[in-house]
Formats: sequence, C-alpha cells, structure tokens
Amino acid sequence: MLYVPDNVKSFLTELGEIARFSTRFFREGFLPRFEWEEFFRQCYVVGYRSLPLVGLTAFIIGLVLTMQLRPTMVYYGVEVQIPAMVGIAIVREVGPILTALIFAGKIGSSIGAELGSMKVTEQIDAMEVSGTNPFKYLVVTRTLATMLMLPVLVILSDTISLFGAYLGVNLYETLTYPLFFKKVFDNLTYIDIIPAFIKTFFFGFAVGIIGCYKGYYCEKGTEGVGISANSSVVASSVAIFILDLIAVQISDMFQP
Amino acid sequence: MKDEVIKIEGLCKSFGANKVLDHFNLTLHRGENLVVLGKSGSGKSVLIKCIIGLIEPDHGKIRVLGKDVQALNHLQLDYLRVKVAFLFQSNALYDSMTVRENLEFPLRRHSFQLNDSEVDQMVMEALANVGLEHTVDMMPADLSGGMRKRIALARTLILKPEIILYDEPTTGLDPITGLEISNLINQIRDKYQTSSLIISHDMHCVKTVAHRIVMLIDGKCYTEGTFEELSASDDPKIKPFFY
Ligand SMILES: Nc1ncnc2c1ncn2[C@@H]1O[C@H](COP(=O)(O)OP(=O)(O)OP(=O)(O)O)[C@@H](O)[C@H]1O
Ligand SMILES: [Mg+2]
Repeated sequence: MLYVPDNVKSFLTELGEIARFSTRFFREGFLPRFEWEEFFRQCYVVGYRSLPLVGLTAFIIGLVLTMQLRPTMVYYGVEVQIPAMVGIAIVREVGPILTALIFAGKIGSSIGAELGSMKVTEQIDAMEVSGTNPFKYLVVTRTLATMLMLPVLVILSDTISLFGAYLGVNLYETLTYPLFFKKVFDNLTYIDIIPAFIKTFFFGFAVGIIGCYKGYYCEKGTEGVGISANSSVVASSVAIFILDLIAVQISDMFQP
Repeated sequence: MKDEVIKIEGLCKSFGANKVLDHFNLTLHRGENLVVLGKSGSGKSVLIKCIIGLIEPDHGKIRVLGKDVQALNHLQLDYLRVKVAFLFQSNALYDSMTVRENLEFPLRRHSFQLNDSEVDQMVMEALANVGLEHTVDMMPADLSGGMRKRIALARTLILKPEIILYDEPTTGLDPITGLEISNLINQIRDKYQTSSLIISHDMHCVKTVAHRIVMLIDGKCYTEGTFEELSASDDPKIKPFFY
C-alpha cells in the first residue's frame, strides 16, 4: 500500500468534508423558506464591518504601489505609463486578492468564532428544536452574504486604490483627474475586468463556507472556539490563493 | 393504568467504542415529575437529546405522545417539538439577541399566525412566570447565571408545552437559587399540568421535585423508586448519591 503521512490524510479528509458541506449548501440553500431577514442583516454586518479596514488598506496600497514603481519606470523612461500599469495591477490582482485576504481575516474569523460559540453553548441545537433549520438560518445566509458582499467591497477597494494611485502620481508631477483615469481605462479591457470580478464571488464563497464549516463542527470547550476562528482564517486564506491560481489559468485562455 | 406520554424501550447509543446507553427503558406518565439520576458522563444528556430527536439512536424505540420519534419527518418533528420543550444544560440563550428576541424566536419560527400584540403578551406572560419582567430588553450576557436559567425556562414555557425536558436545571447555581428553580418547576407543573423529565444529580433539587426516580447506571435503567425508597437503599451503587 502507498504510504500517506497522517497530516496529508487529515488534510484530504477535511477537504472532502468541506466539499460535502458545500454540496449541502447548494442542496438546501435553494429550498423554500429562505431566511431573508437574516440574510439582509448578514449582508449589512459583513459588508459594513469590513469597510473601514478595506478602504484604508486599499488607499495605502494604491499610493505605495505607485511610489514603488516610479524609479524603475523613470529609469526606462516610461513614467507616462504609470497610471496604466498601476491600473492593471490593481484591477487584475492587487484589489481582489488584498480585499479577499482582509475579508478572510475579519469576517472569516468572526463567522468561525460566532458559529463555534453557538455550537459549544448548544444554541445551534436550540434553533433546531425551535422549528428552525440552523443550516439554512446560519450557514446559507452567511455564505450568500459573503459571496455577494465581497465583490462589492472589491469594486469599492479598486476605486479607492486608484485614488491612492492618483495621489501617488501627483506627488511627483501634475496630472489632472480626467487625464489620469483616461490613462487607466484606456489600457483596461473587459478581459482584465470581468475575470477579476468573477473570481471574487468564489473568494467570498470560500470565506463564508469555510468559516461556517469550522464553526459548525467546532470542538467542545472555549478552546475549540479559538481554534475554529483561527483555522477559518488560515484555511480560507490558503483557499483564496489556490482559487486565484486557478482563476489566472482560466482567464489566460481568453487572453487575445 | 395512567396515561403514558413518553415510552422508551431498549434504547442503545454508542459513540465509537464508547457505549453510552445500553438497552435503556423509561416511561413518563402524564402530570408526573420523573427524575433521571446518574453521574456525570453517564449519558443523561444523550438520552434527552434522543427524545427530542437531536441525536439518532442506534437501536430502540422512543414514543413521545404516541408518536415514534425516529419515524417522523422534519415537519412532523417540528410539530412535536412545539409540545415537547427542552431546557438546555447550558441554557442555549442566543447571545446576539435581547431577552425579548430570545423569547420571540420559537413563537415566530414555529409558523403560528400571531400578531405583534399577541406575541408581546405571551412574552410578558412567560417572563412573569419566572418573575423577570424587568429584564425584557437586556442582553443575556448582562444577566446572572440564575437569571439566565430562568429566562431559558421562560423560553421553553412560551409555547405552553405538554412535556418539558429539563437537562440539569440547577447545576452550577448556588443552593438558594437552585431551590428557587426547583420550586419553579413544581409551580409550572401545577399551573400548566405539564409532565416533566428532569435530569439531575443535585439531591436538593431531586428531593423537591421528584415523584419518581430512575437511576441511570452503566447505560441501563438500574432501578427506580421514590426518593424515600432509594435513599433507604443499601446498594453500593445507589448509596453514594444519597448523602
Ligand atoms: N456528539 C458526541 N460525540 C461523541 N461522544 C459523545 C457525544 N455526545 C456525548 N458523548 C459521550 O457520551 C457520554 C455521555 O455524555 P453526556 O453528555 O450524555 O453526559 P451527561 O450524563 O449529560 O453528563 P453531565 O452530567 O456532565 O452533563 C460521554 O462519555 C461523552 O463523551
Ligand atoms: Mg449533560
């Protein structure tokens, strides 16, 4: 028999469990009695809570990226291309991945901890005996909320990053708003924007479903809650990178 | 013969190699306070969760109000759970909701057609039963352990159940608060004619509420009797509980 180390085995087992959890999401998520109220509440919580952090980091990254690029661009005498280059970097990669990682840290951990403590204190069982399907009430609403709110946050974050970049350019030269954005958008095509937008749905799904999975199957005790919060961040961050890798392969096939 | 509301026959449940319940039998009659006594880890919570359908037993029959719990579908189970309430060992109050929202939750979920003033009236009545009307807009985290237990009790009472399953209602409370809860259990029985299954290892509580006691030892119904009968027993397995 082929020897498989234990940690690889448990990793694969967990992967299988998450896959099964996700199928349950698709099976039960669209059956009647959709929890609208809880869904909208979650959209608000998930989107609104990460807004300040996402906004701040997006602005700083846009600014820093521009400043870091300048010496090299100047060296090759193509500093007029800075807005185009920064625009592509932000929209295709930096915006989505950075926002998704911050989202995983902030929302993934809070979902993991919230569901974990509900599990430990039997609140999930209490819902079940109160005529509520806890999977639909907790998991489906949260996962759909992260799936829909992350793309919105990414669009906001891209926009804020571009303003940061605008400021970064204007520290050294004067460029008007319209001209800066004309330069950015002249070089962006749908091939840049659409795949980057689509992949954020998958990132959002990964953050939501992994956070819920970790919380739903939390070990007993307060320690278990900490572990499920922590491991949901780690696992969803890794998942985001892997999905990003897959996304770049797919979008490359459509590159002219 | 008296009316049987819960009848359990040959209930078995194991977790891996850990045999928790092994051919356990129990009958609860209407209007009775039945105590299940057993030491920690003997499977008392597992038993009560089997009754309400939260845990699937390996073997055995559980009939609640004449219905076979394992044979019910989701809808029928929800319907049964309106009549059978469960007080969780850890209270299980929703800590993201206020006391009022906690009490409204089962009312609004078990698709009854109630308007807001009816809901409000039922919430206040349930809180009045446990003497905590003033906490209605507080968060569970701001209440003491005994108050939380009483709020949890109010939440189980709000649907006017026929059967209440209490999982260690007095554990972790001081003796005086424990006595208050025990008296409350008796008051509720007298007021609503509920049948109660009470899990406990707190002898003060057992003495106050029990009409009949079932000893759960090694996964089996070891013996049963009244408090007086069992406390007079010389059996080395029973004696340690009563002193
Ligand atoms: N979901 C589960 N998975 C595995 N083992 C479990 C599970 N639930 C309970 N057990 C095991 O079943 C046994 C009985 O647990 P249970 O919670 O019923 O004890 P208890 O009698 O209620 O104890 P206590 O008085 O401490 O509440 C324990 O050994 C526990 O480890
Ligand atoms: Mg227990």
